[in-house]
Amino acid sequence: MSTIIQIKNISKVYGKTHVLKDVNLEIKKGEIIALLGPNGAGKTTLISIICGLVNKSAGSVIIDGFDNATNFRKAREKVGLVPQELHLAMFDKVVNTLHYSRGLFGKKRNEKHINELIEKLHLSDKKNQEIRSLSGGMKRRVLIAKALAHQPKILFLDEPTAGVDVELRKSTWNLVKQLRQSGVTIILTTHYIEEAESIADRIGIINKGKLILVDDKKTLMKRLGKKHIQINLANPIEEMPQKLKDLSLELSEDKINLYYHFKDKKEYQNIPLILQTIKDCGLNINELNTSKSSLEDIFVDIVNDEY
Amino acid sequence: MMSINIYAIRAIYKAEMRRFWVTIGQSIISPVISTSLYFIVFGSAIGSRIQQVEGVDYGTFIVPGMMIFTLLTQSVSNASFGIFHQKFTGTIYEVLSAPISSTEILIGFVGASASKSFIIGTIILITSTFFVDLHIQSPFIMFAFFILTCVSFSLFGFIIGLWADNFEKIQVIPMLVITPLVFLGGSFYSIDMLPPMWRDISLFNPALYLVSGFRWSFFGISDVNISLSLMFISLFLLICIFIVWRIFATGYKLRS
Ligand SMILES: Nc1ncnc2c1ncn2[C@@H]1O[C@H](COP(=O)(O)OP(=O)(O)OP(=O)(O)O)[C@@H](O)[C@H]1O
Ligand SMILES: [Mg+2]
Repeated sequence: MSTIIQIKNISKVYGKTHVLKDVNLEIKKGEIIALLGPNGAGKTTLISIICGLVNKSAGSVIIDGFDNATNFRKAREKVGLVPQELHLAMFDKVVNTLHYSRGLFGKKRNEKHINELIEKLHLSDKKNQEIRSLSGGMKRRVLIAKALAHQPKILFLDEPTAGVDVELRKSTWNLVKQLRQSGVTIILTTHYIEEAESIADRIGIINKGKLILVDDKKTLMKRLGKKHIQINLANPIEEMPQKLKDLSLELSEDKINLYYHFKDKKEYQNIPLILQTIKDCGLNINELNTSKSSLEDIFVDIVNDEY
Repeated sequence: MMSINIYAIRAIYKAEMRRFWVTIGQSIISPVISTSLYFIVFGSAIGSRIQQVEGVDYGTFIVPGMMIFTLLTQSVSNASFGIFHQKFTGTIYEVLSAPISSTEILIGFVGASASKSFIIGTIILITSTFFVDLHIQSPFIMFAFFILTCVSFSLFGFIIGLWADNFEKIQVIPMLVITPLVFLGGSFYSIDMLPPMWRDISLFNPALYLVSGFRWSFFGISDVNISLSLMFISLFLLICIFIVWRIFATGYKLRS
């Protein structure tokens, strides 16, 4: 897959604070990439630099072959941005604000496209209403429609589902998937790990201004995801026999469960031996449970490692 | 390659003008009422005592000054509010992320503000004809002054809007600077009517050159030479262009 956005050595300094530190990232054409990171990590700043809202302190951004500083017209006309905050002209009518957005990006007026967008984002009955009379979720849909008004090839969504109900969240995900199918490249930030897990192809993790990891979602989960077995004993034990300790089992605080964490095949093959050893120690097993770490666990692990 | 994003200029212009058209009743009625009030207060009350200034009926005499006063306050407050409002509400993100040059942003905002002022000025002019007889001596110069004033003070307002980071700042300039300058700049009198000391002080008031020049285009009478007035307004426009050019070159207060 070819590269559509190339971010090279981007840094941003506000006064003395380094908000972004030497960020490098290649975004592939047609992918959905999710940027995860705690509050204040620098996600919005990175997006703002790519879209031209914030001046970078160092580095360069190439969008579809055009430098976003020296050739800003060509670079920007391909990009749509849905900002994190609900920045809307509250007294404008929905339909007018969409025509306005399209015009700003240098495209000729197109009633048909705007009407289709209004329909797609379930705003038909609000078309001629002032934006201030819409609910928060509807306003967010207006923002998305505005970003799509000029038919961009690249779409940035900065926390598109913050404060949005489950149904709207799911429908936003569907929209994102549809857009990807029509060839749009999507970069989104989110705090909902399940969001990244369910729609992204790749995941980037930003912490304290550094892009600490970018990987394919599946590889990431495979590489870092751990599996766990919980062995529930029939009776609590005072202390874990040395033999079991040697097999790196852990005893829970209530002394009734044993845990075994494993990652690769070699560790996996130890399981029969573990079960046999438990039996040899004269312990009875009540129940066995297995589980897999979610992206959320992985994320927490990585971010905590940084501290 | 030189390209202009004409659709963007049009989009900004239209969005700015929309506010004006939405409140069209208000937009027309308020200048009509204030013009009428000026005629009643200044024209009738004072005019009954002054009657004529340099051969012109007092009621007629105040028309150019009244227009300049309204053009200045309207241009400055409209243009400063337009851009400031976008900064204040955050909606400016869209303009900043769009393929638009700073000059195009400026043309959209300043163009809309100047158009509004022009419309309001025209309404005042028309309203005046209901009260007094108006003969414009040099329509061409009058028109040039009219347009130049709308444009340059809208540009000035745009600069204020860029610079301001709170509502007080955009209210203070029209109220504390423009109003006293224009009132003391001979809008409603000729500085010849003042004691010599005040007359000399008035010569330092930039608004005097505007009012005087505009009045000359109507009646052929003026406090200062017409070419001086034209030079003043052109110089003012150039200074504003220079400031705005510096602001854009440094990205001052638009992009952090
Ligand atoms: N204009 C500014 N001036 C100074 N500091 C700023 C400015 N904008 C952002 N910052 C700082 O930059 C850091 C990164 O902010 P940013 O908004 O990019 O974080 P984020 O990852 O988007 O966080 P969140 O998840 O809360 O949206 C924060 O510490 C913030 O305080
Ligand atoms: Mg953010």
